[in-house]
Amino acid sequence: MTITQSQFRTAMLDASTDIPKGLLDAQGRDAGRRFNVYRNNVAVSLTDALETGFPVIAKLIGQENFRAIAGVFLRQHPPASPVMMFYGAEFPAFLRNFEPLQHLGYLGDVAKVEMALRHAYHAEDAQAIAPDALAQISPEDLPNIRMSIAPSVQVLSSPWPIYDLWAYNSIEGHPKPQAGAQDMLITRVEFDPLPHLLPSGSVEFIAALRGNATLSEATEQTTKTYADFDLGAVLGLLLTGNAITSITHEDSQ
Amino acid sequence: MSNTLKTIAVAASVAAAVSAATTTTASAAGKEKCYGVSLAGQNDCAAGPGTTCAGTSTVDYQGNAWTLVDAGTCEGFELPAQADGTPRNGALEEQSRDLPA
Amino acid sequence: MFDVTSQFPNLPYMPGVGYKPQHFSEITNNPGSVGWLEIHAENYMGHGGRPLAQLRHLAERFPISVHGVGLSIGGEGALDADHLSRLKHLVEWLKPTVFSEHLAWSTHEGAFFNDLLPLPYTNATLDHVCAHINQVQDTLQRQMMLENPSSYLAFDDSTWCEPEFLREVTKRTGCGLLLDVNNVFVSATNLDYNPRDYITAYPLDQVGEIHLGGHDEDQDDFGKPLLIDSHGREVVDPVWALLDFTLDLCGPRPVLIEWDTDVPEWAILSAEVDRAARALSKVVA
Repeated sequence: MTITQSQFRTAMLDASTDIPKGLLDAQGRDAGRRFNVYRNNVAVSLTDALETGFPVIAKLIGQENFRAIAGVFLRQHPPASPVMMFYGAEFPAFLRNFEPLQHLGYLGDVAKVEMALRHAYHAEDAQAIAPDALAQISPEDLPNIRMSIAPSVQVLSSPWPIYDLWAYNSIEGHPKPQAGAQDMLITRVEFDPLPHLLPSGSVEFIAALRGNATLSEATEQTTKTYADFDLGAVLGLLLTGNAITSITHEDSQ
Repeated sequence: MSNTLKTIAVAASVAAAVSAATTTTASAAGKEKCYGVSLAGQNDCAAGPGTTCAGTSTVDYQGNAWTLVDAGTCEGFELPAQADGTPRNGALEEQSRDLPA
Repeated sequence: MFDVTSQFPNLPYMPGVGYKPQHFSEITNNPGSVGWLEIHAENYMGHGGRPLAQLRHLAERFPISVHGVGLSIGGEGALDADHLSRLKHLVEWLKPTVFSEHLAWSTHEGAFFNDLLPLPYTNATLDHVCAHINQVQDTLQRQMMLENPSSYLAFDDSTWCEPEFLREVTKRTGCGLLLDVNNVFVSATNLDYNPRDYITAYPLDQVGEIHLGGHDEDQDDFGKPLLIDSHGREVVDPVWALLDFTLDLCGPRPVLIEWDTDVPEWAILSAEVDRAARALSKVVA
């Protein structure tokens, strides 16, 4: 008889279902635990993949819990693509809705940070402007410049202390997280993504720049909501993070 | 703010940022250009998972029910739940649960 | 068959190694007996960053074999068109020396299982495997090689034995073959046949590359040995002996050491590469 790949898949992902008939050992007996090799290969390789991709979540909840939870996740959300480097896009939402973890409300946002680090790592390369390129522009022209942001730049906003949660589990000696909302910027100088804590208003400011606002439009827009917005601080982060790839102003267009 | 004041404010912020950035970049530029070695190894995980064409002899213990067991670093701090503002312990509460179908 | 322009038109009859990023410095500075490198296609389908920078650097120095693990050549459904176009993009910019994939399936109804799943050797399987290989070769405009799998079980509806099935695939599609000698040993042990008979029956004239790797040992329900193709340890002596047997029959070939799990430090991997170099030095072209 012919076993369809659907039948194979069902039995592979759910160890409580029967092994399809027609799978044999060399003596023609039912394959039995030989079939478990595939069950293990799939579940263990995808669990390993999630643990590689979400090391901070694994540290936060402990490795054994993580692997058990990964087992549930991978069966609900097997990869949609063979490109494993981006596997786990649904993991943040899964963690938010997973009942036994409801008391750890921050897990979903921390998982998003880990996804963002991967996207930064694999993002398209782009040549950044020299930091002093801005100094070449006359003060009168400065408010009217537009800036493009590197593809590797990631910006995250959360009601939880996501930077400290990440750093506490990634950088030795980083202090314990304290309650409070935090925004994050991930830049990539050459090849290594570097997470930063973003000063308030910066998320809106960077979004405005990405929306093609001029420097003064983006600043004004941000200052409306965030009176304490520090333009110098966020520009400094963007410049040192090789996050600005071009500057244009009206004359040059 | 008048346009002139705005220009001055923007120019001052930019000047401060440029000055800070050129100092930092100059010190970073001395670093050996290297394709292979990650900064202090701490970002290795940022590469994320790769593919496999190998099998495993590790067994996947998928039971019908499981319990949250060992605890991670989340036990070491408390963060208030954002919805109602009540502080909750970050520790994992031991509980068992059937696997969703 | 196809005109492929590559800086390295052929893999040399030397040992190659499955490239791991942690060995970048050693391979760049002191490759020892390594004459070529193999990468998994899917790990170089990001948009930029270190993986692609490393690969560009290595491709200037070594012939590269691109080994796909995710095309699902044996899938019942159509090939994933997005994935095939990602592969085409990679092959077009990298211009690797060779491209290979597996006689297996891994994707079904939009889900990818990150494993090489088994196929019944029937006429129906033969038809869709050949159709998929034709589609890949037409898309990439180059010949591909197909690798024999590690088997843990058999299908009761198989009507072909594996070497004959693969021979028929090469006849119908013009593809080449990748012979994994460890897979032969694993399958022969698990399904109770003589690995040398398998190698003798294999279409060796179509073999453009040989793989070697380590396996784990387990047992089935009846206490019979069940070997698992883990690529997580040294190649065992009987597999080295099977390599010698193979090379005696077919002459020298590019031989790859695969070590994908619990990847060791370079010195250990390098010793395996040296052993492959010694095996190759014993045979004459």
